[in-house]
Amino acid sequence: MSTTVNPAAADEAAADVPQSRPVSRGALVRRRFMRNRWALGGIIVIIVLYIVAFSYPLFSPYSYEFHDTTNTYDPPSLTHWFGTDNIGTDMFVACMRGLQKSLTIGLLVGVISTALSAVVGATAGFFGGITDRAMMWIVDLLLVLPSFLIISIASPIFKGSSWLILVVLLVLFQWMITARIVRGMTLTLKTREYVSAARFMGQSPWRTIFKHIVPNMSSLLIVDATINVGSAVLQESGLSYFGFGVQPPDVSLGTLIATGTGSALTFPWLFYAPAVLLVVALLSVAVVGDGLRDALDPTSSRARRREKKRKDKLA
Amino acid sequence: MSASEITLDESVLDGAGDGPVLEVADLDVSFPSEAGRVHAVRGLTYEVARGEVLGIVGESGSGKSVSSLAVMGLLPEQARISGSIRFQGQQLLGLSDVQLSKIRGRRISMVFQDPLSALTPVYTVGDQIAEALLIHGRGRLSKAAAANRSVELLDLVGIPNAAARVKAFPHEFSGGMRQRAVIAMAIANDPDLIIADEPTTALDVTVQAQVLEVLKTAKEVTGAGIVIITHDLGVVAGFSDRLLVMYAGRAVESGNVNEVYQQPRMPYTLGLLGSLPRLDAAEKLPLVPIHGQPPSLVDLPQGCPFAPRCPLAVDDCLTAEPELSEVDSTSGHRAACIRSAELAATEAEVEDSIDGVEASNAAAIEAAVEVFGAELVEEPKAALRPRAERPVVLEVDSLVKHFAVTKGVVLKRKVGTVHAVDGVSFEVREQETLGLVGESGCGKTTTLMQILGLERPAGGSISVLGRDVSTLDGKARKAIRRDMQVVFQDPLASLDPRMPIGDVIAEPMQVHGFDATHIRKRIPELLDLVGLRAEHADRYPAEFSGGQRQRIGIARALALEPKLLVLDEPVSALDVSIQAGVINLLDKLKAELGLSYLFVAHDLSVVRHIADRVAVMYLGKIVEIGAVDAVFGEPKHPYTQALLSAIPIPDPVKERQRERIILSGDLPSPANPPSGCRFRTRCFLHATLSDSDKRKCVEVEPPRESQGDDHEVACHFARAKQVV
Repeated sequence: MSTTVNPAAADEAAADVPQSRPVSRGALVRRRFMRNRWALGGIIVIIVLYIVAFSYPLFSPYSYEFHDTTNTYDPPSLTHWFGTDNIGTDMFVACMRGLQKSLTIGLLVGVISTALSAVVGATAGFFGGITDRAMMWIVDLLLVLPSFLIISIASPIFKGSSWLILVVLLVLFQWMITARIVRGMTLTLKTREYVSAARFMGQSPWRTIFKHIVPNMSSLLIVDATINVGSAVLQESGLSYFGFGVQPPDVSLGTLIATGTGSALTFPWLFYAPAVLLVVALLSVAVVGDGLRDALDPTSSRARRREKKRKDKLA
Repeated sequence: MSASEITLDESVLDGAGDGPVLEVADLDVSFPSEAGRVHAVRGLTYEVARGEVLGIVGESGSGKSVSSLAVMGLLPEQARISGSIRFQGQQLLGLSDVQLSKIRGRRISMVFQDPLSALTPVYTVGDQIAEALLIHGRGRLSKAAAANRSVELLDLVGIPNAAARVKAFPHEFSGGMRQRAVIAMAIANDPDLIIADEPTTALDVTVQAQVLEVLKTAKEVTGAGIVIITHDLGVVAGFSDRLLVMYAGRAVESGNVNEVYQQPRMPYTLGLLGSLPRLDAAEKLPLVPIHGQPPSLVDLPQGCPFAPRCPLAVDDCLTAEPELSEVDSTSGHRAACIRSAELAATEAEVEDSIDGVEASNAAAIEAAVEVFGAELVEEPKAALRPRAERPVVLEVDSLVKHFAVTKGVVLKRKVGTVHAVDGVSFEVREQETLGLVGESGCGKTTTLMQILGLERPAGGSISVLGRDVSTLDGKARKAIRRDMQVVFQDPLASLDPRMPIGDVIAEPMQVHGFDATHIRKRIPELLDLVGLRAEHADRYPAEFSGGQRQRIGIARALALEPKLLVLDEPVSALDVSIQAGVINLLDKLKAELGLSYLFVAHDLSVVRHIADRVAVMYLGKIVEIGAVDAVFGEPKHPYTQALLSAIPIPDPVKERQRERIILSGDLPSPANPPSGCRFRTRCFLHATLSDSDKRKCVEVEPPRESQGDDHEVACHFARAKQVV
């Protein structure tokens, strides 16, 4: 790595350098992300899944509410790509319908709950004092509440309204532990000199949080969001199984897998079609998360070569 | 105390063979790393005789610590070691860990840099010294005898009231006392060789002087050979007999300490000497910056590793790496440079032009300036205006900051007050540099944070550019911040690791609402101003070296064109050769941009070089303030005198002649400062006073009184003393 600078030489070098636009952090992160082929592939897979999930009526004449009663338990064929289930529902259509729900719910819950925990944790840690205590009190309160019970009690109230309510409920009970971790990290980051530097240059506290504190925790947040996407899909299927969440005849990947599990050995397409889709979707999310983390982390060896560590401790 | 007070198991002269204690020959050490093998030490050869002190000097990454760890057999397993290390004729390389353990701690001992991590926190200091004795004297020494010996040893290294302190835990000791305890452990078994790896780097200067004294005592008592490893050319100047300068894993110069300092024959040594600001410089000498940075030890280029940074480099330098060979036909002085003859000629030329340099290394310094082409920054014309006519940029008047000491978890009871800053007053005028110096814990950082915070102080007042900060509202405070910027000590911690440096420099401008086109234009300008290239803007801080990062920090501070720059130890984390470049940059910027600096440092040599005025702090108070020449030339407060005399000068002849004032003890706790004069508990002057005078020191706090033109001292019995 040649970062050696001879100030004398730098003077002349600077003179003939064209006024190149300094690249901002956003552009640099994008460039580094694009360099990662896996992550790029992951993003493409997610986009393709989304497009197919929403445009399935173009490929398939069936609806998820239509039951082809003459063809129950049909193995995959040209008429029914993923086969049919016990009442003749086309599995391809059902999977696509489920994918719509699951991907949207998973991504929304993952992103929103992580964002919420980042904001709450960083705010509490950065401002300290009464803000900190109030916010941590709420966190502790939510942690001791039995989330499953609350959601099941609350869902009759929201019956008939949009399934987005489910997203809100899932988020509400998923952000607290991360918020606590984020608060702890903020407490250590707050004492770093670059945070003091931002304060002494007159940067507002909120901007300091979003410019210096949150980006420096991005590795944690991205990993957390990736895990949250997966767990939200599973939670949703769990809730749906007990009759809350997504209700029949509407389907989600979770409900499909739940009903298909029993037939995994006898009519494998009922189980494997939604399960493989779920695995592919979650893997893509994880790969994108990894790529994003590498792109954001300047010390990551994958985005660039790492600087050699110094042997001696500096005095 | 003297050596006779203590009787060691074996006579000092026992086993004093004719041969050297330690012979290292062709030592090679390499480590695997992701980028390839790191050749940390390459062909190192040296020897140490009994009772001799060998100083090994080098910058970070020069392999000095690795080579000593190799002697101790403490390198990690993946290290590949070849060559020979003979201790009293016995080959150490290839010995098993068990065999080495019989030698380590008994015949070779080591003093580490960080005294806190060298002691186990859960055992008492006495137990740890006794342990060192018992491990090697099993069967021959009873536990009671070992306990007695530890008291004797602690007494020997100058721990007051050793019999009681032997039961103390490491955390109850101050840094200096811990290092003494570590030295006591090192000499417990009367070793033949002591390796001290940066033994004073983590300590304050006054404590450093104490510890060096203790090491000298240790040498006298044990008669051991000492290898002292340091990056500080001052520390070794007075202490060592011979010197070995390392660069890129090799010895580049070695010889008698006087010769190396007076007639350096390798440009690197010359550059190092020239890059040190001198405490004893009557007039301001230019500092020699060594451009560039040490080469990567993974794939070294062909030829002399210093060639890319060397002003004397010629094409021949790039063909082969020069051997360490005799120079000057004097015995023992060797240098690895093909152009050492030219260096000698330049020096002889310079020597003719100045007189009275026989006994000092002034000629070498002049030669360094000549060879490296360093220039003193011209003082700006405005500086010629008398000080009193220039406007005051920063005024601090009887500033007070107390911290409450609380106890209890739920109900926090106040049990005391730490008087961190207790009535500090000073002013900084336009285009002036005020150096604020003092040991750690004296309150200089607290003062700084108070000024930078721009909040209403607990007591006293702060005004920036004529505006009292207690009257400021949010908007005015932000406006003032434009004119006052800060550069921090740690260049890595002060830059957000996740922001490319273009964004780092742009941030203050964005905060203060500059438009994007202006910012885009300004970033290359600023980078150029601090000696970096415009295309560096899209790199992350981790890709830069320490010195470059500090330049980035300076560029950020300058982005808003401030009038006052607050510098918090800006060079103390940098290697000497890099440090000079940053100091020169600060000098240049001050002259070009008409800046004022508030320069906080513990290194008085740097302050003498850069500051116009200096304020010396002790326990939250300023004890002496005035023009740099007055304070350094004729210090009148005993603390200033002690502080100055503790700073080692990188000139062995001068250093040995100096009278050193060794302060007793450590800084008292600021939670419970002494009554009257705060310095009296450690004051050497106080001890010589009559009883009535002593009472005055105890009862009356000395006010700051003028002692001549721009020189104020807070001492009842101020008298000048030449110490430098």
